[in-house]
Amino acid sequence: MPLSIKHLIGLHGAPKEDIKLILDTTTTFKEILQRPIKKVPTLQGKTIVNLFFEDSTRTRVSFELAQKRLSADTVNFSVKGSSVSKGETFKDTVKNLESMKVDMIVVRHQSSGVPLYLTRISKSIIINAGDGFHEHPTQALLDMYSIREKLGTLEGLKVCIVGDIAHSRVALSNIFGLKTMGAEVSVCGPSSMIPPFIEQLGVKVYNNIDKAMQESDVLNVLRIQLERAAGASIPSLREYREFFGIDSYRIEKNNKNILILHPGPINRGVELSSDVADGPYQIILDQVENGVAVRMAVLYLLGTRNY
Amino acid sequence: MKTLLKNLNIIAPHQKLSQKADIVIEDGKISFVGKVDEKNSFDKIYDFDGKYCSIGFFDMHVHLREPGREDEETIETGCESAAAGGFTGVLCMPNTDPCIDDAETVKYIIDRAKEQLVDVYPAAAATKERKGESISPMLELAKMGAKAFTDDGAAIKTAKILRIAMEYSLMTDCPIIEHCEEDSLSGGAMNESFNSTLLGLPTMPSISEELIVMRDIMMAEFTGARLHIAHISTKKSVEYVRLAKQKGIKVTAEVAPHHFTLTDDELKTYDTNYKMNPPLRTQEDIDAIIEGLADGTIDAIATDHAPHTPEEKDLEFIYAPNGIVGLETAFALAISELYKKKKLSLEQLIEKFAINPRKILNIPLPKIEIGQKANLTIFDPELIWTVDASKFKSKCNNTPFDKRLVSGKSIATINNSKIYFEGKYSNI
Repeated sequence: MPLSIKHLIGLHGAPKEDIKLILDTTTTFKEILQRPIKKVPTLQGKTIVNLFFEDSTRTRVSFELAQKRLSADTVNFSVKGSSVSKGETFKDTVKNLESMKVDMIVVRHQSSGVPLYLTRISKSIIINAGDGFHEHPTQALLDMYSIREKLGTLEGLKVCIVGDIAHSRVALSNIFGLKTMGAEVSVCGPSSMIPPFIEQLGVKVYNNIDKAMQESDVLNVLRIQLERAAGASIPSLREYREFFGIDSYRIEKNNKNILILHPGPINRGVELSSDVADGPYQIILDQVENGVAVRMAVLYLLGTRNY
Repeated sequence: MKTLLKNLNIIAPHQKLSQKADIVIEDGKISFVGKVDEKNSFDKIYDFDGKYCSIGFFDMHVHLREPGREDEETIETGCESAAAGGFTGVLCMPNTDPCIDDAETVKYIIDRAKEQLVDVYPAAAATKERKGESISPMLELAKMGAKAFTDDGAAIKTAKILRIAMEYSLMTDCPIIEHCEEDSLSGGAMNESFNSTLLGLPTMPSISEELIVMRDIMMAEFTGARLHIAHISTKKSVEYVRLAKQKGIKVTAEVAPHHFTLTDDELKTYDTNYKMNPPLRTQEDIDAIIEGLADGTIDAIATDHAPHTPEEKDLEFIYAPNGIVGLETAFALAISELYKKKKLSLEQLIEKFAINPRKILNIPLPKIEIGQKANLTIFDPELIWTVDASKFKSKCNNTPFDKRLVSGKSIATINNSKIYFEGKYSNI
């Protein structure tokens, strides 16, 4: 059974069978990554452009490694800021790249909607590596894979996403994906960081981290943007740490069976204390490792799909 | 030059006129209204076969882009777009480059529009360079022909300057037109709603409009000035204007056709033709707007005609500019959404399209009677057609209504001794 989706734009509306297929295929690639020679010829001859309009280290490196291990030819094209500011429109940039015969484009952009827009102006297969505050589907897939790997299933699990939900692309993708896979999803954060009408997605909202921990099996803890904290939704990082930060005291008090995820990079001492970030409850580095395998699965399934 | 317009169904609510008649026009003036003896000799006869005839429509909110962005629109192409849409007069907004904030630029626009069928009246900036720091020379601007003051594109920045602008405007016949938006709460790309959460786009929430609507109403009450709310878009804004009118505060309001036709559900494809400011809102807002139109809370329908070139609009969503062209679809949308759905009568629509805008701006109302200048729009509310943006007379075709099936069309526009009919100008 091939994927029903042609591009990976987001997990909103993505069929359960597709998500399951990606997660199952990830296991195969994870096995390959344990071998001494980690390279397979699956995407030999395919050209992939990593088109990044926003700073990103780990996502880009993870995609690049995944592509190289599938033997694809890869190029990185990074532009900071709006394409307009350098005098060429986004569309022209894409047309230029495409005339060099590319097969797939992995795109990250500060404007929500760019991956979908790309499907209209390009013939390539499009993979969203994060758009605005919209979606970051491969991050959610690797989060789901890591949870499933650790706890055996997603069905019926209670997963709480903690942090600045309103300014997160990871939160939405996790909500869509986890709900499709049968998990119960909640969000927890200061009320100024909860997007409007989020409950309409069938998501419970907590403003109390202790309660959220008591009622959840998994916490997916988001990075608090240090640069954003000054101007906006919270008074200080100190207050955030006091009321929403997760340390071992909170874990021992509330729920010793909890599993902690974090998409990285971590602000140690803000959303996670160092002892938690390195401690027994978290699977943060497993997430990073699984990220490469998940992206190999996505690239393989989309890149070899017949249509 | 003697022209006969045969078989018209004249509606002129301000004259309490509703009759089937022919109209004779001699050198641009109406010389007869009634049943015409065919034996008379005419230079030209148009048979309109029972179509409706109103005084010419007036769009009190257009961006003609001249001077500065002649690649988007010029006074000439904007006027042709207006004539094609049934309008014989427009109020053009001052956010040009340079902006319309001195008498010379007002004169430039009036001079450039002299030969047009469509009357072009400039709105001048309320503050110098629309910066909100000090008021514009309103007396001089009004003397030169400006009909309103506005920093359109933004609200007048501070309450202090708003107060001075309103107090000063009392010495003129011009209203202050306000684009109601509190910048510190806004600056996003769409309405704030469940849809914005789904789409992950930054927002322009309703409250950012409503705060300024309320501030401005309070200031209008305080100063006694005349306030006109541009492109009203939210339910609460309509409620506030209704209450203000009940209190006798001098406030009027307009709505753009897209704000009673489309909701923010349309943004799901991130098509930038749905990006405008104020943004498309919700069905609840549309219902309140239609109610406000029906009960007279909203006085006028105005397009906010905002041409942008394809390369400007064909961008990443958050970078694309706001606005759509509106002159050639406005009347059809009003007929389709308001008249055909039995929310407003034709008489009410004529008030919103032709009578009230001129009243708000203190522009003399044309009349359909002997001796008056012929300023007419002939239209067919039953004509069903498909919008084809590639055929627009406007220089730009940025519209979300392309390929939409609509009902109602302007057939001919007559003004300044000219008729626009079947895509051509002739003398009349």
